[in-house]
Amino acid sequence: MSGDVTWLGLSSSLLLVAVAVGVSRAIGLRLEAAIAWATVRAVTQLVLVGWALTIVIDSTRPLLWSWLWVAAMTAYAGVVTRRRAPEVPRVAVLATAASAASALVTLGVLFGFGVFPLQGRTLVPIAGLMIGNAMNATVLAGRRIVEQLRDQRAEVEARLALGHPARRAARPYLVTAVRTALIPQIETTRAVGLVFLPGAMTGLILGGVRPLDAVLVQAVVMFIVLASVTTTTTVVGLGLTGRLFTPDHRLLPLTRPAERPAGPGSRAGRWAPGRR
Amino acid sequence: MREGSTPEATPAGPALFSFAHVGVLRDDRWILRDVTATVPPGAVTALVGHSGAGKTTLLRLCNRLEVPDTGTIAYHGRELSGSGVPAHRREVGMVFQQPALFGGTVRDNLLQALPDASEPQLRAAVAEVALPGTALDAPASRLSGGEAQRVCLARTLITRPAVLLLDEPTSALDADNRLAFEQLILGLVGGTAADGRAGVPAVWVTHDLHQVHRVADHVLVLDSGRVVHAGRPQDLPPPGARRDPSGARPPAAGTGPPGDVPGRGGAEGPPG
Repeated sequence: MSGDVTWLGLSSSLLLVAVAVGVSRAIGLRLEAAIAWATVRAVTQLVLVGWALTIVIDSTRPLLWSWLWVAAMTAYAGVVTRRRAPEVPRVAVLATAASAASALVTLGVLFGFGVFPLQGRTLVPIAGLMIGNAMNATVLAGRRIVEQLRDQRAEVEARLALGHPARRAARPYLVTAVRTALIPQIETTRAVGLVFLPGAMTGLILGGVRPLDAVLVQAVVMFIVLASVTTTTTVVGLGLTGRLFTPDHRLLPLTRPAERPAGPGSRAGRWAPGRR
Repeated sequence: MREGSTPEATPAGPALFSFAHVGVLRDDRWILRDVTATVPPGAVTALVGHSGAGKTTLLRLCNRLEVPDTGTIAYHGRELSGSGVPAHRREVGMVFQQPALFGGTVRDNLLQALPDASEPQLRAAVAEVALPGTALDAPASRLSGGEAQRVCLARTLITRPAVLLLDEPTSALDADNRLAFEQLILGLVGGTAADGRAGVPAVWVTHDLHQVHRVADHVLVLDSGRVVHAGRPQDLPPPGARRDPSGARPPAAGTGPPGDVPGRGGAEGPPG
């Protein structure tokens, strides 16, 4: 099956970009260059990815290539997560672990029960969808957990002082954070079709697939996202507890992203007490 | 239930807490420097000093909410380490400066501390801090500052700690509540509490010298991260006098014992 949009069609659609540039110039937004550059980047990136995907998910090629693609996406997601949530300690490792757990669940169900045939054509987009959502959920849940434990430090320490082990002391705050990360996804799942037509369905219908067939795929996609976000936030929550507390059940100092302490200075040694 | 140490029972026993060359470094600054001191068993030991002197840090070392960067802390002669920390924290109950109540009712708060507490235990816990039994169903968020701090104390006491660590527990209270809270603690320390349990020693951080004279049997004075005086409250300058003569600060790291500080005359060790 091939889509309706030809290269000529794509060129014609650049008129839409021209409209945006025209508006920008007419009312002095001074965004013409930015719009043009974004357009060039988008087309180039998409064509490169499309070309690479064509090679990777070609049904005559070994599935290994698709798995390698998935691995590369996972690694890149770790890098992006670290950039977006620098205050969460070792977040890149967590994001990778969360993506892996999420992959095990979603890919296991989808391919284990034959919802989709296991091919490059299905594996790569599903993994991409799942990793993208896992990444967002990691950032959201991770930041929220750090924020909760930092802002509720007095309460957390009161729990520790009652003799609660770190995991138990952290639990109420983990629950709040994971709930917060999940609720938007549940809202989206509930409102789908009524308020908006989600991307996968829109794309399939544009590509000529019958709406009812598109709906089935869309439903599966939503379930993938729901499972992926739930698994990810839980893994992040459990993993972070181990990093935010010491093995002897103390809550580590947590700083706001804007007020990180200065690096080690040279003055400390002057006041060092005798070590005996 | 654990036996609390009383001065009568263990007049010269091992120290409740002993600090040996304890230093705490935080963010490039020594909060405590080469602290060597003891907290005698029984009664009330006050940790006093200006804000930033290191009193709270010294207290938090006692239940391992902080760990020292140098030196060691021993509890009843046994060095505190990274193992068995939750059990140690249940043995040394702590009340913080700001009451930190959890969500839900007073009952929910007490059950967080002792999940299988019976109804009579819960009622006894609020009675012990002079609150009526009806307080159990009050939402924690609706309590006044004085009530909230009492509930924090009840929450700490319900697990029957053998020691109380108090971090300026009355600084957020008005004068009446402060005195009432002091009486509650002195009742616990003296073993005159309603349930007749043996006395529970307390380590009490305060910057209020009047309070020291009202409650303390032994005092450790901290200044800039060092213990500069240890002894009886009677040996302290009277409240209102200048507490920090300029010569009191030791000149450099690693000097002699705090008792050497000129004009102090306080000796290490428990009184009498």
